[in-house]
Amino acid sequence: MDRRRIWGFFAAPGMVWLGVFFVVAFYAVVSVGLGNVNTLYQPIPHWNPLDWNVGYLVQAVESVIPGGQNWAVVVRTVLYLGVAIVLSLLIGYPVAYYASRHAGRWRGLVVILLILPFWISYIMRMFAWTNLLAPDGYGSKLLSALSIDTLFSSLGLLDGTDWLGGQGITVILALVYGYVPFFILPLFASLDRIDQRVIEAARDLGAPPPSSFWRVILPMSKPGILAGLVLVALPMAGDYYTQTLMSGSPSTSMFGNVINDYIQGGPDKSLGASMTIILSAVLLVFMLYYLRTLRREQGEVAA
Amino acid sequence: MSSASLRNPWGKPRFLAGVTWVYIIWSLLPVLLAIRFAFNDGRSRTTLQGWSTRWFFGDSAFSVFGDPTLQDALTHSLLLAGLAMLIATPLGILLAIGLQRWRGRGSGPSNVIALLPLVTPELVFAVGLFLLFTTALATIGLGTTAQVIGHVTFSMSFVVVIVRGRLITVGPDVEEAAADLGAPPLAVIWRILLPLLAPAIAASLLIVFALSIDDFVVSQYLASGADTTTVPMRIYAQARAAPTPALNALATLMLLITLMALGLAYLVFKFFTRGEKGGSAIEQIASIDSGGGR
Repeated sequence: MDRRRIWGFFAAPGMVWLGVFFVVAFYAVVSVGLGNVNTLYQPIPHWNPLDWNVGYLVQAVESVIPGGQNWAVVVRTVLYLGVAIVLSLLIGYPVAYYASRHAGRWRGLVVILLILPFWISYIMRMFAWTNLLAPDGYGSKLLSALSIDTLFSSLGLLDGTDWLGGQGITVILALVYGYVPFFILPLFASLDRIDQRVIEAARDLGAPPPSSFWRVILPMSKPGILAGLVLVALPMAGDYYTQTLMSGSPSTSMFGNVINDYIQGGPDKSLGASMTIILSAVLLVFMLYYLRTLRREQGEVAA
Repeated sequence: MSSASLRNPWGKPRFLAGVTWVYIIWSLLPVLLAIRFAFNDGRSRTTLQGWSTRWFFGDSAFSVFGDPTLQDALTHSLLLAGLAMLIATPLGILLAIGLQRWRGRGSGPSNVIALLPLVTPELVFAVGLFLLFTTALATIGLGTTAQVIGHVTFSMSFVVVIVRGRLITVGPDVEEAAADLGAPPLAVIWRILLPLLAPAIAASLLIVFALSIDDFVVSQYLASGADTTTVPMRIYAQARAAPTPALNALATLMLLITLMALGLAYLVFKFFTRGEKGGSAIEQIASIDSGGGR
């Protein structure tokens, strides 16, 4: 037998596993979303595409377009994600830049400290803030002592003084806190790969530091920035637990909360599955984009 | 121009250094304080009240080892992580070897499917498994088995990335030499390939363990009741409610276990790759985690 084909047998168990528990599992979402329900509102999946019933998907689509009942949630989700992503970029870029080019003898320590949050459970990191932002917590006291709460109130960003009492700003900042490490590390790797000689060449050719940054370093780090932004946007788009922990109020619900409420809370699992189909369809472009970068990087290593 | 500014035309990047250190403090201080509250002598999780270990062992009703719900969560998390580790690692190793060498029809899509779990939002993935185990695979149903399957499914892709990285580093030369000298194919795999992969295998085991123990979304969707509650689920359920530092103590224990697993992964990786040139092991291991929220 062809030696190259025999390796396919090695891949077989893993591929069968992923076939059932990843591909078929996703197909279950489609089948339930395009299926029906029995008299007890339990979903009856339609596995055969010929039997698909688009009723729930149509209902789900109608609810997320302007005028629909979930339209406000969609707008809010886009707003929260947009602000959180911009903040991640503004915080993450200088940090990744410093760590990759200027940390000097601190570099090893800085890298370890930047990696550490990856490996602390996300839920624990959010939980830490619920300790601090409780009305008598040290975080609330500090923000109050610095008059940040009154500043935010006067700007209309904070309603009252309870940071955990259904504040959009808390959810956004928590998302940034939760996901910015996932932006910094790929960007760090991408900045780290820029050849020092290219920057020296720019300098030797007379570029002052600002223009060598804007015209050499920034364009060269663009793939890293995009990959990092996609990497934080994907989990943020499916996040529901940050909102529940940091606010819990329906006034700050995100799209992930809508799906979670339909699937885990209410009886309308078919509608929840349809919502999941919509979310996946929107995110697919970003997922494939990131997958391409990932595979290109692996290819580079191989070459 | 002084010689210092010639070497570094940007001057001392004080602003960048400031931003970085403020960020690092912001990212870690809340967690350190949460750990500190675990050792509070009083009941508060928001104010410092002396030192004690009563929330770990002392308190007979509310401490981690006194309150059965907290203790069960810890046991269940460790059980899931142990099983996920033992199943995902061998599957992932075989898959990585297969994908790396298999060139035939179907190898392209297989490569995409093997990496897709890394970029799929966990909610989508969890909803899929939840619906699968409540419809077509209702015989398995929700519960511990479903949770283990879920953890194996998302962590296998990480094993694939780690092991493929190692396969690329070691290259085919040693194996080809062994085959040329007459070693039968199975002996090549058993006596050449597996020992060369040892650091990646050790790292995979411990990283799957860490990923599983930190997981929240999949565990929650596939849980069937109180006896399938994990530590992150318990923290999530009680974070805004139950008012004792025992929850902090539980979170602290879990963090300690995760960091010990990763520290061990790092040491084992370093031990096996000693004398090899190449990137720093810790950066390699750390840069793999791109899952988000796990």
